[in-house]
Amino acid sequence: MSVAVTSGRIGPLEATRHALVIMRRNLLHIRTDPEQLVGMTIQPLMFLVLFVYIFGGAIAGSARQYLQFALPGILVQGIAFTGFQTALGINVDFQRGLIDRFRSLPISRSAVVGGRILADAVRVVWGVLIIVGFGMLLGFRFHGGFPGAIGGMALATLFGVTVCWPLAFVGVAAKSPEAVNTWGFMIILPLTFASSVFAPPSSMPGWLQSFVKVNPITKVVDATRGLMLGGPVARPLWQSLVWMAAIVAVFAPLTIWRYRRRA
Amino acid sequence: MLGVSPGGAAGHIQKGVEELMSVPAIVAEGLVKQFGKVRALDDLDLEVQEGSVLGVLGPNGAGKTTAIRILATLLEPDAGRATVGGYDVLRQPGEVRRLIGLTGQYAAVDELLSGHENLYMLGRLLGLPPKEARARADALLQSFELTDAAHKTVKAYSGGMRRRLDLASSLVGRPPFLFLDEPTTGLDPRSRRQLWNMITGLVREGTTVLLTTQYLDEADYLADRIAVIDHGRVIAAGTADELKAKVGGQVVEARVATQELAAVAAIFAEIAENEATIDRDAQIVSVPVGDPAMLRTASRRLDEAGITATELALRRPSLDEVFFGLTGRPVEDPSLDDLESERSGT
Repeated sequence: MSVAVTSGRIGPLEATRHALVIMRRNLLHIRTDPEQLVGMTIQPLMFLVLFVYIFGGAIAGSARQYLQFALPGILVQGIAFTGFQTALGINVDFQRGLIDRFRSLPISRSAVVGGRILADAVRVVWGVLIIVGFGMLLGFRFHGGFPGAIGGMALATLFGVTVCWPLAFVGVAAKSPEAVNTWGFMIILPLTFASSVFAPPSSMPGWLQSFVKVNPITKVVDATRGLMLGGPVARPLWQSLVWMAAIVAVFAPLTIWRYRRRA
Repeated sequence: MLGVSPGGAAGHIQKGVEELMSVPAIVAEGLVKQFGKVRALDDLDLEVQEGSVLGVLGPNGAGKTTAIRILATLLEPDAGRATVGGYDVLRQPGEVRRLIGLTGQYAAVDELLSGHENLYMLGRLLGLPPKEARARADALLQSFELTDAAHKTVKAYSGGMRRRLDLASSLVGRPPFLFLDEPTTGLDPRSRRQLWNMITGLVREGTTVLLTTQYLDEADYLADRIAVIDHGRVIAAGTADELKAKVGGQVVEARVATQELAAVAAIFAEIAENEATIDRDAQIVSVPVGDPAMLRTASRRLDEAGITATELALRRPSLDEVFFGLTGRPVEDPSLDDLESERSGT
């Protein structure tokens, strides 16, 4: 046998190597299926242009002013949608029987989902750069200095990768890609809209405010906004980090468990 | 020199080796698996000897896929136990995965990668260094006649090419045990024959194969032993010859001109006191008979009727007829709820 490992257990180093092989595989997909890249690029730009120029005047008085307010939010929202690719990709792998092949191999049980999310981290970085770059073309300016700009983008990236985990769970648990779409939208749309992405929570009715204020997306958006525009950062930042840690702590084991058990 | 008396230590070792050899390579005992209301496996027993091919034959929904998925560690049985190469599939799944290759019903290859990239990825996952993984991919592509399409995206492959790549994918780690779940379902005859040859080649090199199929000719051609399963349990097992003998009787068969098929069928039905079957495409009339002497009777009656048969022979029943004899229904006619149960099983 030419298999290198001989014991039944797979160490963390091997698991990481397996995940990197899977990551490469998922990145190679972009080359064969360039539409993925188009989706990753056009969709957030559409959100940016539509919201800034349709609602901007009404909400903030001018599109230019609204762009300053909305860009950090739209960045976080656009990035949250990257998780859809994670969910759909994993679900399609199940449908095609590829996951059966991976699960019949002597490789780490977490490598396939982990590698997928590593590849999606690359997509997330791409999305952050596209949205921020295009925002700056439209007139967005950082007011939190260089550290704030980098910090805000890093936080958005971290959040994008975090969101991949619950959506990976949707991808593993849903019966079909159609079901992935239904569940994905039911989770992502209310979370992103009932937040501080598009409008300040103080403008919303009380019952909605109480949801918006605990919504992790609100925390991440507030922290990103603070970092990028210069403003209160500490509180929303640690709240964001706690939320993200909690989301990964719950959904990473849940997803791997479901991945192993799915019949 | 150590003085070893005959039947001493060496004899013991010899005996030990023989015992080791006689332990079946793949064993399933009393497997039970329930999906909702459907009992996909109902006390299933299977045994495959090392280096041999077991054909698991049964209609859709008989439980073939469920059995393979349990043996390949993808599914846990509700009851029963199974070992592959001596390792328990439930307690030592990691060890089992190092020994097996799996080729499923639907070619499980990555459509968005090329054939070479698929095999390279698997080589890397199995721990081969990049250079070796590349060489292994090249070698497999060559032996499966895919070298020309090596760097094409799998999306552009034909059905037969995909199946070949799928089989190649399961061989990257040179597994001594191979599970083939309906490897040729949906393939044209030429691709089927090609895949059969490749499987035969693997067996010649010592691979132990468990193969499921709903094609009786496939089991007949590839398998050393056949287990016929229906509703999640084995209803008959043995070599193809044994199964044919078990159902008993023989068949008188005549090939005649198309316009004489009906007349011959009537004669056969009368002498054999049995229903005769007409195969219009092959221009063959056949009838099960209890007594081999019926061949002579048939020959005489055809003479008297002035009918010339281009072929007239006594043969043992085909596996189609065996399955019909065992279950009372043809293999190509799965009932609807059987189909459902196989789906919930996959």
